[in-house]
Amino acid sequence: MTMCGASPAQTDTGLVPSDGALVRLKVLDIAELGRGGPDLFVLRLSPPGWETPLPGRFLMLRAAATGREYLCARPFSICRINDEALVVFFQVRGKATRDFAALKPGDPVDVWGPLGNSLPVDSCRPVLALAGGMGIAPFVNYVDQHPAPGNISLEFGHRLPLECYPLRYIEGKCRIRTHHEKNDGDRAVFSALVEERIREFALSGIILACGPGAFLRLVRELALKYRAEAWLSLETRMACGIGACLGCAVKALLPAEAFAAPAQVLAAPPSRGDREHFVQTCLCGPNFRADRVLL
Amino acid sequence: MSAGGRENAKLGVCLKGARASLALNNPVLTASGTFGYGLEFSPYGDLRKLGGIVVKGLSLEPREGNPMPRIAETPCGLLNSVGLQNCGAEIFLRDKLPLLPVEVLPVIVNLYAAATDEFAVLAGLFSGEHGIAALEVNISCPNVREGGLLFGQDPRMAAEVTAAVRARCPDKPLIVKLTPNVTDIAVIAKACVEAGADILSCINTLSGMAVDLNTRSPLLATVTGGLSGPAIKPVALRSVWQASRAVSVPVIGVGGIGSAEDVLEFILAGAGAVQVGTASFSRPDAVFRIVEDLPAVMEKYGVDDLEAFRGSLLTWQTD
Ligand SMILES: Cc1cc2nc3c(=O)[nH]c(=O)nc-3n(C[C@H](O)[C@H](O)[C@H](O)COP(=O)(O)OP(=O)(O)OC[C@H]3O[C@@H](n4cnc5c(N)ncnc54)[C@H](O)[C@@H]3O)c2cc1C
Ligand SMILES: Cc1cc2nc3c(=O)[nH]c(=O)nc-3n(C[C@H](O)[C@H](O)[C@H](O)COP(=O)(O)O)c2cc1C
Ligand code: FES
Repeated sequence: MTMCGASPAQTDTGLVPSDGALVRLKVLDIAELGRGGPDLFVLRLSPPGWETPLPGRFLMLRAAATGREYLCARPFSICRINDEALVVFFQVRGKATRDFAALKPGDPVDVWGPLGNSLPVDSCRPVLALAGGMGIAPFVNYVDQHPAPGNISLEFGHRLPLECYPLRYIEGKCRIRTHHEKNDGDRAVFSALVEERIREFALSGIILACGPGAFLRLVRELALKYRAEAWLSLETRMACGIGACLGCAVKALLPAEAFAAPAQVLAAPPSRGDREHFVQTCLCGPNFRADRVLL
Repeated sequence: MSAGGRENAKLGVCLKGARASLALNNPVLTASGTFGYGLEFSPYGDLRKLGGIVVKGLSLEPREGNPMPRIAETPCGLLNSVGLQNCGAEIFLRDKLPLLPVEVLPVIVNLYAAATDEFAVLAGLFSGEHGIAALEVNISCPNVREGGLLFGQDPRMAAEVTAAVRARCPDKPLIVKLTPNVTDIAVIAKACVEAGADILSCINTLSGMAVDLNTRSPLLATVTGGLSGPAIKPVALRSVWQASRAVSVPVIGVGGIGSAEDVLEFILAGAGAVQVGTASFSRPDAVFRIVEDLPAVMEKYGVDDLEAFRGSLLTWQTD
């Protein structure tokens, strides 16, 4: 017998009590995807011993060796996690990621997590996952953890060759369509397709999106237009990842009942109600319902 | 407050002000705005092991803070323009304070206001409040009624705020937190102590700025912000040294502290205690590790009594 079920109500409020922990892990191996240039890496770390974190959550990562050029750790989606490894998929963007790309097997890294809220999982509702480029990372874990991955349709827009992305982990598990964007024309075609799909799923499906800011803004607009339930996974810049620095604020609307439990009090924004306030992406997100966040 | 065992007794410090004192199990506190309301860090260490915590700056009314982006990394430092986003004093007292282990953990509130009378009203809210160990007044904020100059940049305004807070909350030790953005920190330190400060803390962030050549825009939405982290440690150390020589009350050192060695350096330069700030962003267990490491590091450097070690900096002998 199969049961229909949704993951805990936390996804509805967007808040979770902090259950993170700091662990020192070892690099198992690191592999560059694609050949020469794009700088996309799959970093496999020794397993952190977390209870399987719900999909959509993230971690903070820093190399343990001293004398690093950067001060703060960096946030990454949990791309995969199992008994053998914790996998992070990243692109070299600046100081810290350049440093991570030079990690060698056996190097120690410090990781804290799992952090943030998770994406909704409901085995009975069809899911439309919209990924743009690096935004594919959380969906690998989402597909891995979903009890009925056959209900997931993934539309993946990418600019780099397909072999640069960690798609092989989920191939054959869900429906995947890829869209190579080589120019503005391709992008317009992809945008039109995104609209068509959102309209299709608006009635009974769940829509999830992760990718560049412009892509999330587009999904948000369309989700509002078609009154679809859509969740956006944000990649706001962060310093601490645990709600303390207030550097990752985003304007969001969180209902008053979201702050009822004591464990959630720490995330309470300046005031509650029916108006958007600055809340921490790391505590109240990174996944926000499209109708409750301003981008 | 119970000392709790021999090890803690050795680390204990008493910050004796003119009117009130603050006894701590160890000299390591957290810096305001870098440790949330404390609870955020409870998964990463035992809050009760800390010397105390200073919570995020509180104002009378909730504040939304500044637009994004609010943080930027700079070489060995962090620039921020959070803009004192906070839940307001009332919500703090009602919702957050009850969740903290105040019986064993000194909780210090950090106050922010835009005018002297506002500071006074705010201070009044904490008078008699069980569970608040001390007040820390952030005078690195603009006096809106007097042209926006920081309270802490003018000895008269700094003294006025100190006296006003003192009058409305006479039952708690009063810490005044100095800004390094001044010509002579000793002048401000003296003015605050004369007006009734029991303890001084220094320093708050240094005014700074960073730009992006690619986008030709500032890295912070507010253009300028406050610099913190290892980059400012020498400035903080110098400020503590100057302030502690200028006044007879204890000085708490803040700025770039990231290890137990740093703690001892500040105490050597004259600090009675320290606060750990930006290091808690680098790793959430930073302050807990510093407390844990301190006894061994004290032993390594032959320090067995922090009170005696305080300010014992030697001078170069010149012929
Ligand atoms: C919840 C979450 C999950 C993430 N998951 C992944 C992931 O799975 N894989 C991955 O590769 N990346 C992910 N990111 C983004 C990743 O954290 C950044 O790419 C990384 O911090 C860059 O660090 P750096 O030191 O290399 O770059 P920096 O030197 O810090 O910055 C390089 C340039 O990028 C800009 N920049 C840096 N961070 C951001 C940002 N967040 N938004 C806009 N501009 C920025 C800087 O201003 C600068 O111009 C995630 C972010 C969040 C918040
Ligand atoms: C993000 C951030 C927020 C801060 N908020 C406050 C505040 O609300 N009140 C205050 O007095 N100081 C505030 N500070 C200053 C710190 O308490 C501390 O004085 C300063 O950061 C220097 O110490 P550090 O180098 O160890 O961080 C803040 C600093 C940072 C980085
Ligand atoms: S990253 Fe520090 S509050 Fe979110």
